Amino acid sequence: MKISAIVTLKKDVLDPQGKVVHQALNGIGFNNVKEVRQGKYFEIDIDEKDKKKAEEKAEDMCKKLLANLVIEDYKIIGSQ
Amino acid sequence: MNSSVIIFPGSNCDRDMDVALKKFGFKNKMIWHNDTELPKSDLVVLPGGFSYGDYLRCGSMASKSKIIESVIKFAKSGGLLLGICNGFQILTETELLPGALLKNKYSEFICKNVFVKINNTENNYFKNIKKNILELHIAHNEGNFFCSSDQMKNINDNNQIAVTYCNKDGKINNNSNPNGAINNIAGLFNKQKNILGMMPHPERMIDTYLSGDDGSVFFQNLITNLK
Repeated sequence: MKISAIVTLKKDVLDPQGKVVHQALNGIGFNNVKEVRQGKYFEIDIDEKDKKKAEEKAEDMCKKLLANLVIEDYKIIGSQ
Repeated sequence: MNSSVIIFPGSNCDRDMDVALKKFGFKNKMIWHNDTELPKSDLVVLPGGFSYGDYLRCGSMASKSKIIESVIKFAKSGGLLLGICNGFQILTETELLPGALLKNKYSEFICKNVFVKINNTENNYFKNIKKNILELHIAHNEGNFFCSSDQMKNINDNNQIAVTYCNKDGKINNNSNPNGAINNIAGLFNKQKNILGMMPHPERMIDTYLSGDDGSVFFQNLITNLK
C-alpha cells in the first residue's frame, strides 16, 4: 500500500524558503500571491494490505523521523 | 583525558576538532558512525559539517545512526557531550537538548566571526574561564534556534542558556543576532549541564596566525576543569 504524507512547518514557525519563493513568484508576475509556505511530501510504499494498519505505521514514521514535532506538523493525505 | 570525535558521512570539522583536542592535551580517537561501542571517554564530540548531506532535516539522520545509542547512554550517565554546529543540530534531533535549529532568518549561509557571551559558568565547560566574551567563528545555514514557549520557560528555569550572540562589548541585541535565534541563543546546556550544543566553532579559533585564540581559551579551560 502506498501512503502519502506531508510535513509542513507549524504556523508560528518562520519559513524563509517560502518567503523567497513568494518573492520570486512576485518577480515573474504573480502579484496576487498572499503567502507561500514550503513543506515536504513523502510517498511511502509499505508492504501492508490493511489500510488502517498502513496508515498507523506511516503516522508512527512521521512522529519518529519524518517530522520534527517541535517545528513541524504532519498529515497523512492519502493511501492506495 | 580521553576524548572521542564521532565521524558521520558528511562531517567536515571532525579533523579540525581532532587537532584542537590533541593540541590541548586530549588523547583523541575518531569513531565511525557505524560503530556501536564508544571507547572509554571523558568527552565525546559531535563535530560540525553536513552529516548525511543534511537530508530530511539537519542532524535528523545522524540522530538515528548506529553509534548514537551509545552516545545517548554515555550522556545520560553524566558523560560530557559537546556538539558543535551540525553537532548541536544532532543534539536537538536526538532530544538530548530542547528546541530545533531552523533556517537562518535572512535566508543566507552565514560564515563570519561573531562574539558570544558566556551565560553560565557553573559547569565543566566554562567554570573558571578567563574571558566572558569569546570571539568565535560561525558557518551555518540552519542556526536559528527555535523552541516552544514551554521549552523556553524550562530553559530559563534551569539556567540552560550557555552562550548568547552579542557585540564585542557584550551587548545582546538584534544587531548582534546573526540568524534570528530566540533570545540570541548560540548555545545550550541540558538541565544537568554535561551536554553542550553550540553553533560557533571553537576548534576554528586555536591559532592566532590563522584565526584567533578564543577557541584556545575554551579548550584549555575545559581540559583544566577535567583534570
